[in-house]
Amino acid sequence: MAEEAEEIFDAIVVGAGLAGLAAAYTLAGAGMEVLVLERGDYPGAKNVTGGRIYVNPIRDLFPDLWQKAPLERHISHEEVCLMDKERSLTIRYDGSELNEQPYQSYSILRGKFDKWLAKQAERKGAILVNKSRVDDIIIENGQVRGVIAGGEELRANVVIACDGVLSFVAQKAGLRPPSLSKNFAVGFKEIIELERSVLEDRFNLEDNEGAARLFMGDVTAGKFGGGFLYTNQESISIGIVVGIDALTDEEPQINAPELLDKFKQRPEVMRLIKGGQTVEYAAHVIPEGGLKTMGKLYGDGILVAGDAAGFSMNIGVTVRGMEYAMASGYYAAQAVVKAKEKNDFTKSTLSVYGTLLNSSFVLTDFKNFQQSLDVLEYPPLFKHYPELVGKIMQDLYAVPAGPKAKLYPTIKKHLTLGEMWGMVQAGRRMMKI
Amino acid sequence: MSDVMGLKAKLGLNVFKEDKEFHIEIRAGKEKDADLKKAILICPAGLYSENEKGEVVISVDGCLECGTCLLACGEELLKWHYPSGGSGVQFRFG
Repeated sequence: MAEEAEEIFDAIVVGAGLAGLAAAYTLAGAGMEVLVLERGDYPGAKNVTGGRIYVNPIRDLFPDLWQKAPLERHISHEEVCLMDKERSLTIRYDGSELNEQPYQSYSILRGKFDKWLAKQAERKGAILVNKSRVDDIIIENGQVRGVIAGGEELRANVVIACDGVLSFVAQKAGLRPPSLSKNFAVGFKEIIELERSVLEDRFNLEDNEGAARLFMGDVTAGKFGGGFLYTNQESISIGIVVGIDALTDEEPQINAPELLDKFKQRPEVMRLIKGGQTVEYAAHVIPEGGLKTMGKLYGDGILVAGDAAGFSMNIGVTVRGMEYAMASGYYAAQAVVKAKEKNDFTKSTLSVYGTLLNSSFVLTDFKNFQQSLDVLEYPPLFKHYPELVGKIMQDLYAVPAGPKAKLYPTIKKHLTLGEMWGMVQAGRRMMKI
Repeated sequence: MSDVMGLKAKLGLNVFKEDKEFHIEIRAGKEKDADLKKAILICPAGLYSENEKGEVVISVDGCLECGTCLLACGEELLKWHYPSGGSGVQFRFG
């Protein structure tokens, strides 16, 4: 590294996650000199996903990647499970479109995928340095000029902060407002290995089909959040995402690890993972604040992409981040290319990054769904409604010793006028997303 | 295996590389701060606990580097940075 100290890179990318690697891949492909600094032993060492990536929005940005990408299973079965304490209702959606190529989404393990993506970027000419933590940034005359890692100064025309949800780089550059816990959730998960044939039988899968199941209700003890389960090739990703404030400030008091243990002990879940071997336990913070809480996306000599920029979104039925990360990395690279053409790396030229994001699905999605967190942070969704559904199902299916009550009065007993009015109100909230 | 696996055993499955220094420290004088107790609830690795003196203590071994404690408690209570390059947790699956 010492002999490179004099070199000025076109870009230094901080963090070999999806945003950083997508940026490096695109930049190197455009003939730029790009250095990627990763603090882990290898790309992916510090990266965690719940488990699935949606390819459609980014397919054309990286046309050569998908054919050989080491993804797990294409998701052909979408399931939602509403959990009451002792009962649950699971809805499974099978659509022929989910089983048609090109597939919309895949389960994914970042350990595998990120390593592979880094190789593709290196093949294009990107330089990757692992085990390198960025401790500071170099700012001269108000412009970011590089980073300090391992006591060394490394210089670049542009620094791309892809250092994840906490982004100390963006913070040091003054682009990020102080993080408030209410805008973040924590996810924690286990990887449970299971023999392929057992896994396929249990989830009713053929070939490389995969299932995704989201859980709402008792899984988070009624708190804002949910559970997830994704089938990988020979393992299951199972975990919980819960709002940080919901866990620390709301009753009942329960600690995070215990939530996952209880979830795994639910009979509905236990039989899915039975006989499996847990091989890893991971956790990660997820930015959920959306547009309102985003910091600046660019400054003089710096761009921010991926989780670092807050590009992650929970709209209930889908929780997404990786596509935004890869797309933002791609557009960040385009902005660097543009800046190099003009030989101007100030924010006036780098602002093209904002323009590109604005006209892409990235910021369009964030604008369209800017109310989603407010709407979803609605306690009845996580407690009352899963319970109500459970009770209705319980009564509908019950055949007592004596005569069975008529169906309509059975349902009506639960769906009182007050209840219906509540649903109208909830529906009105939902109309915002 | 689907029985409850202790958190220690679960963390024992992960690959960790020791760091030369503690990357998370509770700021001096803040050990009894009420907000620090949030970390006990929220830390997915269960690294925080309360001792008999009513102080919150942390053992960084097994840290998953998620940053949840930092967000929940803030920089006023915690001195928090990532472990040095090439140390800390190394996820194989992620």
